[in-house]
Amino acid sequence: MLEVKNLHVSVGGRKILDGLDLTVKDGEVAAIMGPNGTGKSTLSYVVAGREDYQVEEGEVLLDGVNLLDMDATERANAGVFLAFQYPIEIPGVATMTFLKAALNAQARARGQGELQTPEFMRLVREAAQKLGVNQDMLKRPLNVGFSGGEKKRMEILQMALLQPKIGILDETDSGLDIDALRIVADGVNALRAKDRSFLVITHYQRLLDYIKPDTVHVMARGRIVRTGGPELAHELEKSGYAAFAGEAA
Amino acid sequence: MNRPILQRARTEAEAALIERFDQGDRRLVGASDLRANAMRRFAEAGLPNRRVESWHYTDLRSAMRTAALVRAPETATLPMARECLKKPLAQTPAFRFVLFNGVFNAELSSEGALPDGVAMTTLSAALAAGDAEILDALRNAPDDGDAVVALNTALMQDGVVIRVAPGAKVERPLAILNLMSGGFGQAAFLRSILIVGAGASVMLDETTAVCAPDATQANEALMIVVGDGARVDYAAQVAEQGAHAVALHSLFVRMGAKATFNAFCLTPCAGLVRRQIFARLDGEHSAISLSGLSLLRGKEHADTTLVVDHAVPNCVSREFFRHILDHEATGVFQGKVVVRQHAQKTDGGMKSQALVLADDASMNNKPELEIFADDVVCGHGATVGQLDRNQIFYLQTRGLSRGEAESLLLEAFANEALDMVADETVRARYAEQATAWLAHRSRPTGEGK
Repeated sequence: MLEVKNLHVSVGGRKILDGLDLTVKDGEVAAIMGPNGTGKSTLSYVVAGREDYQVEEGEVLLDGVNLLDMDATERANAGVFLAFQYPIEIPGVATMTFLKAALNAQARARGQGELQTPEFMRLVREAAQKLGVNQDMLKRPLNVGFSGGEKKRMEILQMALLQPKIGILDETDSGLDIDALRIVADGVNALRAKDRSFLVITHYQRLLDYIKPDTVHVMARGRIVRTGGPELAHELEKSGYAAFAGEAA
Repeated sequence: MNRPILQRARTEAEAALIERFDQGDRRLVGASDLRANAMRRFAEAGLPNRRVESWHYTDLRSAMRTAALVRAPETATLPMARECLKKPLAQTPAFRFVLFNGVFNAELSSEGALPDGVAMTTLSAALAAGDAEILDALRNAPDDGDAVVALNTALMQDGVVIRVAPGAKVERPLAILNLMSGGFGQAAFLRSILIVGAGASVMLDETTAVCAPDATQANEALMIVVGDGARVDYAAQVAEQGAHAVALHSLFVRMGAKATFNAFCLTPCAGLVRRQIFARLDGEHSAISLSGLSLLRGKEHADTTLVVDHAVPNCVSREFFRHILDHEATGVFQGKVVVRQHAQKTDGGMKSQALVLADDASMNNKPELEIFADDVVCGHGATVGQLDRNQIFYLQTRGLSRGEAESLLLEAFANEALDMVADETVRARYAEQATAWLAHRSRPTGEGK
């Protein structure tokens, strides 16, 4: 279970998150919607452990353990996975090499033995096939020259291999055409489990047609201003965010 | 012997080098006029210092206060050399010529017949015999009046002279190992020559190493003549030398028409290294590629300075050099591409990229284009930066520790340079050394200063 309590965060003296509270239960898919500039991506980065943010107050707990005491590596090993809105290109590192390094790093951190190469290859091949990631992509440097859709599929592939407790999807739908959106959503849906939760950040209702959320939160001015069921997303699609802009003030 | 006319304040090292020559050394066989002229030029210029433009970032005069001794090879040190040859660094499938303590050593060199189409003699033998082709090559070395080259010409002890017959496709790579026993301040002045006939192809792998790293001083020069339609792949590295060692390496390349030359230089070593390349494209439709990787830490200093002279039209040149600098290390890259007035349709591209890992490490980049022709494509780029924080964060979110993330990124940076090595075996050997260098960094004791 992910619990965010009274989180205040600023960047360079500018307040971004202003007393945010959020709970995502095990097995739950929570969607966060909201207009540009309300701090949705900031929330994802702060949970994942990016250092540029000043956490002024509050707690972020995963199964009762405060993530804010950990660096990004420790959080990943504790089960946090962030699917980036803009996945980073890593020239010179073959995707396969990277995947192996990541899987082994997490296995070591959890006190498990490193995967043998044949076992690793089998896991990657299976996951890649489901997401339409071809072998050629796995040989290329990570994310270098990948299309927008390929990058997002690669993020989901990593999530499938790393099996996190909570997957944070930061605008995973941006830059995807309908077919790619469906593949990515199927990939996420296949990972749904009673001990794994998701935080799906998006501007649009469309993604939520494919990844059905249990709860929908509306974020404005650095905090959650409304929480409801899937119907809230439809309401937003009709009425827009303007009505909520004032609620946080 | 002519005494230098110009007298000025000399350092101890300069005085000792000049005196050594003036006293006459019976081991300096042949080419006496060439040597005397060269020593006169050196005596006038002295060791290069900051006031010499091409040496602005490497003050050799300050770094080399005393001149190391040249000693005759002692048989007692041969077992040392044999031990040294067992190191992984010295393992090679190539046909190898070993220059030990400044002199060719047949015992340490590969046994058996030379590969087909390859002939070899020593520089000392060629000079003693007054070999006209060799004397001519020495006289025509495009050295830009460099004082270190002049010193090499004056004091060259020995070297190998390799000739590859026209049309010969030499399958087995050739290697030159310049090995010094070390263990004391020891100097070697080496000059080797590779002449590749028209249409021939060959790979040359050159290594400079010291058995017992100490304050050695190596001044080496290699001249490569690439005949019309010939191809030469060359890889060079300076390795296993002490923190107070100085290695000066000058490479001269002259290329005929439709010729190809690829060079890669690896510099993972202690002390001071200056690698200078003087390349001249004398024939049309030729292509030259010069690349390298320098891995520096501590107070190490490595300087790569090159001049590519497009003397004729329709040639392509590429330079690609990368540095990784840690602690208080200093890197220098100076690349000058000259395109003469009639050298139309020249295609030149030069790139220097450096990663600086510590506040006290520094990189000096000086790309220069001198273009006198009006129909050319030439460009250069130089970047100096740190590891990308976004990339590190991304890798951390996948579970890699900060140290692992940095190592992976550094290895990638190094590997992209190593991809330029033409020969697979040499590439693997260099990659191993790069990995070892990075592993040393990621150990707790290797971090910080």
